[in-house]
Order: sequence, then structure tokens, then C-alpha cells
Amino acid sequence: MAFISSGYNPDKPMEDRITDIGPRHFDEFYPPVIKANKGKWLYHDILEPGVLVHVAESGDEVYTVRAAGARLMSVTHIREICEIADKYCGGFVRWTTRNNIEFMTTTKESAYALKADMESRKFDGGSFKFPVGGTGSGITNIVHTQGWIHCHTPATDASGPVKATMDVLFDEFKNMRMPAHVRVSLACCLNMCGAVHCSDIAILGFHRKPPILDHEYLDKMCEIPLAVAACPTAAIRPSKVEYDGKTVNSVAVKQERCMFCGNCYTMCPSMPLADDEGDGIVLMVGGKVSNRISRPTFSKVVVAFIPNETPRWPTTTSTIKRIVDVYAANANKYERLGEWAERIGWERFFEKCELEFTHHLIDDFRDPAYYTWRHTSQFKF
Amino acid sequence: MAKHATPLLDQLESGPWPSFVSDIKQEAASRAKNVKGVDYQVPADACDDVLGIMELSYVHKRTHWKHGGIVGVFGYGGGVIGRYCDQPEMFPGVAHFHTIRVNQPGGKFYSTAYLNQLCDLWELRGSGLTNMHGSTGDIVFIGTTTPQLEEFFYELTHKIGQDLGGSGSNLRTPSDCIGEARCEYACYDTQALCYAMTQDYQDELHRPAFPYKFKFKFDGCPNCCVASIARSDMSFIGTWRDDIRIDQEAVKAYIGGEFKPNAGAHAGRDWGKFDIQKEVIDLCPTKCMWMDGGKLVIDNRECTRCMHCINVMPRALRIGEDKGLSILVGAKAPILDGAQMGSLLVPFIKVEEPYDEIKEVIENIWDWWMEEGKNRERLGELIKRQGFQKMLEVTGIDPMPQHVQEPRHNPYIFWREDEVPGGWQRDIKEFRKYHQR
Repeated sequence: MAFISSGYNPDKPMEDRITDIGPRHFDEFYPPVIKANKGKWLYHDILEPGVLVHVAESGDEVYTVRAAGARLMSVTHIREICEIADKYCGGFVRWTTRNNIEFMTTTKESAYALKADMESRKFDGGSFKFPVGGTGSGITNIVHTQGWIHCHTPATDASGPVKATMDVLFDEFKNMRMPAHVRVSLACCLNMCGAVHCSDIAILGFHRKPPILDHEYLDKMCEIPLAVAACPTAAIRPSKVEYDGKTVNSVAVKQERCMFCGNCYTMCPSMPLADDEGDGIVLMVGGKVSNRISRPTFSKVVVAFIPNETPRWPTTTSTIKRIVDVYAANANKYERLGEWAERIGWERFFEKCELEFTHHLIDDFRDPAYYTWRHTSQFKF
Repeated sequence: MAKHATPLLDQLESGPWPSFVSDIKQEAASRAKNVKGVDYQVPADACDDVLGIMELSYVHKRTHWKHGGIVGVFGYGGGVIGRYCDQPEMFPGVAHFHTIRVNQPGGKFYSTAYLNQLCDLWELRGSGLTNMHGSTGDIVFIGTTTPQLEEFFYELTHKIGQDLGGSGSNLRTPSDCIGEARCEYACYDTQALCYAMTQDYQDELHRPAFPYKFKFKFDGCPNCCVASIARSDMSFIGTWRDDIRIDQEAVKAYIGGEFKPNAGAHAGRDWGKFDIQKEVIDLCPTKCMWMDGGKLVIDNRECTRCMHCINVMPRALRIGEDKGLSILVGAKAPILDGAQMGSLLVPFIKVEEPYDEIKEVIENIWDWWMEEGKNRERLGELIKRQGFQKMLEVTGIDPMPQHVQEPRHNPYIFWREDEVPGGWQRDIKEFRKYHQR
């Protein structure tokens, strides 16, 4: 490998430097039919799962074929997307906020040709490269985080559980037979880069063991006051520790106060939490971000812990499948998972979904906890 | 032949859903073959080593990535996240494996010419692995080495005319929904506003000077497809304040079954004949609509614009014409003090270039948060700590019932001295004249 210079001169970093230019202007990347009809769309129809038509005031139509992406994507795969977009879509393509890829064309014929082409493409391992679906009252792609592929704080993997879950939910991605859309999200730790806290079904990585203290290095690696300040429950204090015959500056952790958020580890690499038995998955349900009918709501914890069962997380996926199936069989049309659970009552939700209710599921974290307890004599037996 | 055996990961190649393992293997094979003769600037076997280290995580059930070091490009404090693995001898190809965030274009629309340029650059100067896209919205390039950062940035800006996104305690890369580009529900041009705010606040985006991260998200309507209300410190949600436009003929067509409800979203199951009373009118949260002699009537003054009726009958009902946006503030995920939903601050504001009114709200909020926010305190937490009233004070916004779900549950009002006649400075001797000790 020979170093190839871009033209950048390390001795004069400001020479010809271009900064603060922001992203390219969106206008350059609109397909012509989008540019011509922007702000003048009249209505849309989902022709079949994964195929939409939008009709503009001008009478123009744009057909969209939506396919799943794995989010984690190679340049080879992106180039294949480009090839498809060049062939059918005049060289334009877009992604949705939920990691789907949308190909747009102006005729129904080319949309269906495109769909057939996309569905014929498979990876060598046998999975679809571009399964079409993810529209309407179905289960679309999972928004998720990095996990073990690239992050330092995860309590579970991201891409693996997502793949395993979507394999199990695949028929629902290809269909629109849910009472309302079901949004599934995954965050591999409590930092929630995936912001899963308002999802119909949230898969959340969680630690259950307090940090291990690397006393030998702690004071060298970390700013102790930052580590102390990072703890939301004030469980960490500065401490002198005997280590290897020497007294070193370090921290002490009141372990029973630890809520396993990992914020200390974010500030201090000498306090790792990760553990093969301690780490796993929390399942939360019933959140939403839409203002439709009812207000946006947070997801609620319904399964306190499932171990990390690599490589396919069978307990996690089967529990999710069960919740989805019971919801689909019982909820009213247009009723989101959380709206259904609230209508029938959470006691009934646990019964119907055959989920065990344990003490872990009663909120005991600060003021909001009180508002989740039952303040009425109304309940169901 | 694969460099590392990956028996656990291999089990993620089967099943219908696109397999990231197959894709990484595809990239590893492409780099090994190197048909185009690319002089890879990071180890050619980086993708093999990603699979290797990932397999080890599947065995250990723990990550093998360490905290990032301080790496970046000159003059920027964000956009690059240092990443090193904790088994560099076993996996030298990913010993240094930094992330680069590239600010995605609005609506995530792309030309293939632009995407191919990015792919060529990342194949040469990185691992060839990406996220399309990161949770905040960026194009995320996973895996390069420190010497490549400046080279990558130089080519990104000079050849592709494209900048990095945000990371750290700064304005994170703003993101938007598809908006007016292809959605009839959009109440403002999300791409235009997102772009303008991104450009106007480049300094805040690249040079961390905030207490913590700060996110803008732009949703064109209350359906909130980019989840701004749950995920952004400042959420811009399109709305309108006049009447929903009704096409009575189209209403009849829905009732008659000519149009499929909810744009066909429920077509996969037989839900029976469309029933406007049951499916629309009875589900209206404010009960502000009814049928009157075959015509749909909406009492728009009572409507809270939840979008349900419009979503169900998009060909019959359209958003109003006096459009703008609401600003909600303080949403965040649970770290640290529990999750917060956005709280309504500005019920309605017109979206008009150069967006001075919107920027005034933003800058008032920032001034306050930068002055008063503690290290790693999100805006939502500051609002809780100092009170909603304080935010109203710094933004100069008058309190109104729209700001609350319901009035307070306790009478512990922090009266200000100037609100109480006679002030607070009293004379105990005067008091004692009438009240013995």
C-alpha cells in the first residue's frame, strides 16, 4: 500500500481548506417528477405492500417501490442500489428514516418491473438483498444502533438481533394485516442512540452488573470527578484503594445503588460493565411518536430481561412474535399496540401475551414512578 | 477462503431478511479480489477482521471495541469518532477503525453519481462499510485510520462538495421527513428549513461549545415520521390553523367503497366494509366531526389536528392552507434522568424565509442553555431543573393554556417578589406589635 495524497498538505492545513459547507443541496437530488410537483401532491395510495403511488395536482404520478436495507451496508451493495436506480429511476434513489430504500419511477409498468428485479436479487448466503414491503399497517424495518459491530458500550448486538427479529416478522413486512402499523426499534444500550423509548416494540440492551473497577489504571485513564458526577444515583465516590502494595486514587461504587446505566463507563473506560451473563435484552412495548388519535407515549417495560442468546436470540424473537400475534388477533382497526393495551388494561395484556409480571416492572425511578401506579379501585380480575 | 471462521455469524446468513453478514462477506471478497486494482489506504482485509472480531463478540457476548480517542480533522470538534479494538494483534485490520459522519442531504434523496463518488472515496480510504443511515440521520462511514482522516475530508470537500456531520457536545446533524417533496400532509418545506438551519448553524455543528448534544428534527405534520417529538431537543412539527379542506364527493366515494381507506394501508386483511362513523368520526379525539345529511361536517375550532381523519381519507380531506409549525422542546432518551417527550413551547409560527422568527426562538434557548446548562445536561433536563416558567422568561413567550396538559397539581407556586403587593421586606417589630412571641 502506497500512501495516496488527496492534495492535503499537513504542513499547511489551512491551505485551500474548505470547511462549513454543509450537506449538498437537496434540490440536486430530486428526481424530475419530485422537483416538478414538490408541495403539490394531492394524495397517495398503497397499491400493494411496498408499492405506492403519489398523485400530484398536475396529474403527474410517481410510483415508489420500497425495499428493506440492513442499514449496515457495503459500498458494493450501495453500488448495486445505484445500478438499479440507473436502470429504472433515472439515477435517483432515497432512503427512509427507517432504513428502507425507495426507488421512484413514473410508470406503473416500470415500478412492477423494478419490483420483480429487486425481489430476484439474493445474497450468496440466501437472504433477499431487497425485499419489497414495509408499508401501511404492517411491520416495517427496524431502526437500530451499532451494537458489537462498532460500539464500545453495548449490552447486546444490534444487527444480529435485528436480522433475527425481522426474519421472524418477515411475513408482516410483506403484508399489511396488522390493526395499525407496528414500529420496532432496537438500542443496544441505555444511551439509546436508536431512541427506542417511543416504539410499539422496543428491544433494548441492558447491563445487570455494576462496573468492574480497574484500580491500577483508573486514575490514569479517567478524570475521577467526571466519573463521580456521571452517576445519576450518586453511587460513585472518590476513594483511596490499596492496589499491589500501593495506595492509588480510584473510586468506590455502592453497588446496590447502581442502575446499570453505564454512564460512568462513558466517562471512564476503567469502569467496564459488559458481562456475558449480566448483559441482555429488555423488551418494551406500547410507545408511539405519532399524534394520531392519542398523544405520543413512551414504551413500557414488559420483559425485564432476556439473555443474549447468540447468534439468533430465539427467546427475544419468539416473545416479540407472540406479542405481535396477540395484538393482531385482538386489537381494533387503527389501534396501536399501546392503545390496545391501555384499552384492555395492562393486567389483561400480560395475561393475553402470557408474560410474567415481576417486581422489576413496577417503576421505582424518581417522580414519574408514582404516576404509573394504580390510583383507582378500577382494575380487572 | 475466509480469513476467520465465523460459525456463529454464518447462522445469520439464512432466513429471508437481508443479511449484514453476507454483505460484509461480499465486501471482504471484493477487497480480496480487487478487480479494479484499488490501492486500499486502510488494510485490505479490514472487512475480514470486522467479521472476526464480531464473531469473537458472539462467543464472548461482549463488545471488543474501546472508547474513542480524540481524533478528528483540523478545526472541527465533531464528525469523527475515534474507535480502536481491544484485540489489535488478532485483528490488525481493524486495530484503528474510526467512524466518520457525513451530513446526509435533505430527505435522504441521492443521485447515483453522488453515491458512487462517496463509494469510491470510502473504498479507497476506508473499510467500504457504511450505515445508511445512522440513527440521527448521517451517512456513517465505519472504519478508517487516523492518517486517512484529513485525506478523506479534503477529497470529500474538494471533490464531492460535501461536509461532515455532528458528534459530541454540539448541534447534531439535523434531519427531516420527506415533506413536501412527496407527501401531501406536509405543512411546510421540511427540507428547505432543515437545510437553512444546517447552513446557518455550521459553527455550532462543527465546533462543540454546548453543554451536551443538541438535536433538531423537522417533521412536516403531526404524524411525526422522523420522531422529532421523542428524539429532538427542538422539534419542528408542521401544523395549520384554518380549516381542513373537504371534498364531499370523495367522502362519498370512501363511504361507497370506491376508495380504500387509509390509502390502502389495511388491504392485507378483510376488515369489512368501510364505516365512516366507526372508523373516523368515533375515533376523533375531540369528537369534532359528524355527518349531516350525507355531508361530513368538521367543527374546525375544536379540532386538535391529530391527522387521523386525514390519514384515513387522504383523497377527501386535506390539511388547511394557513400552514406553519409548532415548536416542542426538550425531548430525549432516558439517559440520565428518564425519557422526556417534547414539550410545546411555540404553538404556531409561520415558516417564511429567512426564518428569523424561528431562529430567534432557537438562539434564545441556546443562550439560556449555554449559560445555565451543566456539563452533559440536555435541554429537557434544564427545563425540568429551572422550570418551564424560566424557559418562557428567556424566550419572551407568554404563558398560555396550550403549554400544559393540565394545570399544576400543587399550589407550591414560586411567587416572585414583584408579584406580591408590598414586597417581601417586612419589619418584625411592626409584626410583633400585633402578635406576641
